[in-house]
Amino acid sequence: MELTREEESALKGEQGETMQTAYRILVATGEATDAEKLIPIEWAHLSGVNYNTIGDAGEEFLSSISKDARVKVKTSLNPMGFDIDNVSNYNLEDNFISKQLSIKQSYETMGVIPSFSCIPYEIFDIPKEGTQVSFAESNAAIHANSFDNLKTNKESAFSALASALTGKSPYSSLRKETSSKLTIQMKVENPNELTYGMLGFFAGKVGNESVNISGIGQMDRRSCKSLCGGMGTSGTCAKFNFNEDDQESEKIDFDEAEMGKVYDELNTCEKGDLITLGSPQLGLEEISDLAVRLKGRSFKKRCMIFCPRAVKEQATKLGHRNKLEKAGCEILSDCCTCLTPLIKKEEVDGVTTNSIKGAYYLKNSNGVNVNLKSLSEIIKDETK
Amino acid sequence: MKKTLVKGKVKGTILKSQNPINFLGTMDKKTGIINDEYHDLFKKSVKDTILVFPYGIGSSVGAYTIYSIKSNNSAPLAMICKKVDLTVATGCALANIPLVTITEEEFSSLENGKEILLDTESSSPITFFE
Repeated sequence: MELTREEESALKGEQGETMQTAYRILVATGEATDAEKLIPIEWAHLSGVNYNTIGDAGEEFLSSISKDARVKVKTSLNPMGFDIDNVSNYNLEDNFISKQLSIKQSYETMGVIPSFSCIPYEIFDIPKEGTQVSFAESNAAIHANSFDNLKTNKESAFSALASALTGKSPYSSLRKETSSKLTIQMKVENPNELTYGMLGFFAGKVGNESVNISGIGQMDRRSCKSLCGGMGTSGTCAKFNFNEDDQESEKIDFDEAEMGKVYDELNTCEKGDLITLGSPQLGLEEISDLAVRLKGRSFKKRCMIFCPRAVKEQATKLGHRNKLEKAGCEILSDCCTCLTPLIKKEEVDGVTTNSIKGAYYLKNSNGVNVNLKSLSEIIKDETK
Repeated sequence: MKKTLVKGKVKGTILKSQNPINFLGTMDKKTGIINDEYHDLFKKSVKDTILVFPYGIGSSVGAYTIYSIKSNNSAPLAMICKKVDLTVATGCALANIPLVTITEEEFSSLENGKEILLDTESSSPITFFE
């Protein structure tokens, strides 16, 4: 990889230890992905926030680096482990809370916007078409590439952090013009958001870098997010193309049989003790839609709703939150279904959700059973 | 040699594994000891060795484990792999541990317990001592 004189100097340590570490990460990532050079990026979105995932080693690293590291570009942040407004309701250990707050403090010291959201594309303005960004959260990277006309690779927590500190990323893979080698032909009729989540999960397994999808009509925002969340969970793919007529690529069908396989892999029980909505977190549009659909109804069991703090505040002002709470929902900001410490297998046997991403992590990380249902089915079966 | 991921020059003794290493799941971050009984380095410490193994596996958070073993003075002096993976690459970058990838033939030629000099900037990066 070619470096400019200034980049070489940073790599040698002439601009301090933090910049040297950041450039070492960019060079290692660049060499690993066959990048030819570093290019400027305008926005970084960091993962590696939840104490549940980064542990003591991550907490110690961030605490140490935050002494002098400062971000150079706009930098937003993934969810953490809890919502400080209601954490006392969830019986979390004091050690977890203090370590999580230390992580939060380290990022804020570095100048990161404490957005605690996995849907930066819904709460921030989208830069102009073709802008290079560096997103570590997989669903956000896929959404940025596929629906927002931005360019990013599926960054790691470390490459995105290094990009935030330097304002640069290795120029490789999806940052260049690419075409998909594989087209998935959507053959399932009358899809809902759960269907799209399973399509995404299937696409992540069979695709590599990017996939083309044909045969899908208009998707609403909920379905787009579900598609991105599903794909980010199962593979390394980070972009959908939507060309109806791609002659060159290999073709593969996503039909009822393939969908059945994904369903059987992730659906492990027929009934949940509680419901979760949001992974990816819900945006204002979904919250408002939910408030309308729940009018005059209430949940028969606990229903946890995860959204960004910015959305919770707007939903409060607009009166949606009050309606949802009346219908029995618990609204949590700053955290998400996926990798939450708030759902423990000692307390919960099964969770009902419409999220493929949530299902995967509930099953594999939290060790609880999952009952998959679309939002319409959840409202029909679980409210009165 | 195929690629230099993290530069450096060190002399040390090879600790070689035929198995991939999952840093997050199987390495004690204080001692650098591998605690997976099915691994061929079970109960061995990677501390101050030149660690030769095929590639890393598992969560990218494993990069923080590599940083931890370095902070606890239990890290290898260098790592040599057959295949590059982002967890090991970013972990070595965080911890400033030299990392290179090598060919299958070179991998076969590196024997456990042998002393070598690794200098990533040299035209012949690996020197054997008899």
